[in-house]
Amino acid sequence: MSSSALILIILGLSLIAFLTGRQRAYRQKAHSRLKALPNHYGVLTALWSGVPALILIVAWLLAGPAYMQHQIIQSLPDSIASQQQDTLELYLNSINLAIKNGTAVDDPVSQKAIAGYQQAEQQSRYLITGLVFTLCLSGIIFGLSKKLVDSHARISIEKAIKIALMLCSGVAIFTTIGIVLSVLFEAIKFFDSVSFFEFIFGTTWSPQTSIRTDQVGGSGTFGAIPLFVGTLLISAIAMFIAVPIGLMTAIYLSEYASNRFRTFAKPALELLAGIPTVVYGFFAALSVAPFIRDLGQSLGLTVASESALAAGIVMGVMIIPFVSSLSDDVINAVPQSMRDGSLGLGATHSETIKQVVIPAALPGIVGGILLAASRAIGETMIVVMAAGLAANLTANPLDAVTTVTVQIVTLLTGDQEFDSPKTLAAFALGLMLFVTTLVLNVIALHIVRRYREQYE
Amino acid sequence: MSNIKLVEKNLKKRYARERRFQLYGKMAVLTGFIFLALLLIDIISKAMPAFQATEILLDIPLDHATLELEPAQKLDQDTLSALNYAGLIKTALRQAFPEVTNRSDKKLLYKLVSDGAEFTLRDHIISNPELIGKDSISLWIKADDDIDTLFKLETLTSRVKPEQVAFVEQLKQENRIATHFNTTFFSNSDSREPEQAGIKGALLGSFWTLLVTLLLSLPIGIGAAVYLEEFAPQNKLTDFVEININNLAAVPSIVFGLLGLAVFINFFGMPRSAPLVGGLVLSLMTLPTIIISSRAAIKAVPPSIKEAALGLGASHVQTVFHHVIPLAMPGILTGAIIGMAQALGETAPLLMIGMVAFIVDVPGGILDSATVLPVQIYLWADSPERAFTALTAATILVLLVFLATMNTLAILLRKHFEKRW
Repeated sequence: MSSSALILIILGLSLIAFLTGRQRAYRQKAHSRLKALPNHYGVLTALWSGVPALILIVAWLLAGPAYMQHQIIQSLPDSIASQQQDTLELYLNSINLAIKNGTAVDDPVSQKAIAGYQQAEQQSRYLITGLVFTLCLSGIIFGLSKKLVDSHARISIEKAIKIALMLCSGVAIFTTIGIVLSVLFEAIKFFDSVSFFEFIFGTTWSPQTSIRTDQVGGSGTFGAIPLFVGTLLISAIAMFIAVPIGLMTAIYLSEYASNRFRTFAKPALELLAGIPTVVYGFFAALSVAPFIRDLGQSLGLTVASESALAAGIVMGVMIIPFVSSLSDDVINAVPQSMRDGSLGLGATHSETIKQVVIPAALPGIVGGILLAASRAIGETMIVVMAAGLAANLTANPLDAVTTVTVQIVTLLTGDQEFDSPKTLAAFALGLMLFVTTLVLNVIALHIVRRYREQYE
Repeated sequence: MSNIKLVEKNLKKRYARERRFQLYGKMAVLTGFIFLALLLIDIISKAMPAFQATEILLDIPLDHATLELEPAQKLDQDTLSALNYAGLIKTALRQAFPEVTNRSDKKLLYKLVSDGAEFTLRDHIISNPELIGKDSISLWIKADDDIDTLFKLETLTSRVKPEQVAFVEQLKQENRIATHFNTTFFSNSDSREPEQAGIKGALLGSFWTLLVTLLLSLPIGIGAAVYLEEFAPQNKLTDFVEININNLAAVPSIVFGLLGLAVFINFFGMPRSAPLVGGLVLSLMTLPTIIISSRAAIKAVPPSIKEAALGLGASHVQTVFHHVIPLAMPGILTGAIIGMAQALGETAPLLMIGMVAFIVDVPGGILDSATVLPVQIYLWADSPERAFTALTAATILVLLVFLATMNTLAILLRKHFEKRW
């Protein structure tokens, strides 16, 4: 039986379990006092019959396919199983395709493998179906037992609910673990073939690996310095735009602007944060970059058509609302008494801001800027669309540079085999990106929290 | 010199500085607005041409002799779809320009109409089989994208030949060429031909992906928020979960794409390009947003309500599910809508899991290969044909309209249900 049919059966049996469990409770009620409502007993019976079976199905759906593949490899004779990884994979693919489409194959070895697979699949289906029925029915039987009817059904249900809620919040931890493990494992595989120090300190990035080992010039060099410099260059341009504009916007809106202007201007500027990055990328690649190139040419400068400047400026615009709303929060958190004190001593409004409010808010502002910087470093679509692919090691904002995120995208969206150094390099870059942004975030959140505590 | 004099001497300078500082602030706010306005104007002006499509009025002969059909022949589906529609359109073009006899000119003539014109004609005939046998019918046929650009924007692309410009001039004088609202843009999926390309596939792909995202992230997000706010013990583990959620909110989205590729596709063997995987990745990405806003909403429910419920004998779980969550629901939904808007505009992680393929079919479920609106924008922005630029901008407008609607909904929800206790 297919797994969706099985799930429907489980749901149906759970419904039956609910009805019978409730019925049993009503019957019990006639003789003695129940410790919970009859409905509670119904739900508890349904949980006992449905949940274990559902867990089984999910486990089978996740682990089943990988297990079946393993079985196929086991069933192959040694002459094939001991072959190179890629020939073996090719062979497995042809077998899988034949199974999926139900086409016949001529090769007797594959025929045997397919027959074995089909038999094993058939058996495992019978096994799973049998297990599901056993689990569901034993759940129902348990629900009807004296022990359950005498128990505190509501408390048991609430325990189950609490466990479910706990698992929900556990998803956050599992996600982090998943990110760390997936990126780390692939990166370690990458560092088997390319040394870590070559990756960190190398100055040439050309990830074109050869398909055959005897090809000339196909070894690929993975020196990531040009990518780091390119990322820093574009992020620096972005911060150069976003920090002054964002900070001054926050100061003006929180210190000078009238209430009416503020209620209109703040959401309007936050629109900039809500626009998808792919839209900024389009704007950068098709409008800003040609404009900057033409402007540069009229001034007699050579500007690459995918200049770092164009991507940086647009990224800066995107980050303005982050800087301004974070700075706005911290400026508002500065106690009014400090402003009053300064104004009372005869300082002008701007002197108060520059010499009292900003220094007091500085840690929070720095935290906000760090958060914005981590955004800029991890930003992908703007640079993928508007920055170049060539890994130039340069600090000239008019040249084309490439970034870590651009390389991850280009390495992973082409035709690829999964275990080549080329694709693994993307995971090594991802690891670098994750670690950098994580460190920036942890520092920034720490600074902001310390700052908040100071004034609370 | 007395202090007063000293102050007065500097006062003018200080006031000037004050005015300058205010001016800088105004300029900063203005710059933000200017960028926003430039962005919107640029995109709207680029998008406008895409909503109009140039069409050419052709008289298509449908008599039995031209169709090579017997008058008595029964017209079933197979006969109808096997007719030579490309030939019909060529005949119609030749009849519209009888003076064209030269082979190479004829070729240029045929290139006036879209490569997909024969399918438009076929669909028209199949849905109106009674037209067969008429001497000729008049039908608006889509022009090729280069002709479209020439007619709408009066700009020559490099592939348009002078002869074709003359053809278009002649059509103009006969009132046989005009622009109509581009319905193809909403009813077709991706295509190599700009005039045949539409966003229906991407729209449905976005729909399926968001459906998966919503179904996963909303219950899990609410569950996590309720646990952390109401049931979690104060210990190291809870602190760790909280730090984790805050950090996940700031992890670059492309890293979630790497996770999806390594875990869902390579480890669990889920299908590439499927909305299921896209939805899984996006729900992991939006979870922190939903958890953080749901926690704020739950925190805002006054303790007196909880205490009243507990005082009347409700258990903690009953109090939370019967009173706290319903009262916090508007806030939770606001957060969920904002999270969904974020997910709708996200591109980078979906590139990692293969949703960048060229997909012509409209996805019918969460396991079909699909693409989504932002990825369609990315794909078309890369295309060399000029006409795709307009399509890209138009798709951006559609996306922005969706985002604006979602955000307005969130604001209205908050305004309407927000309670000050």
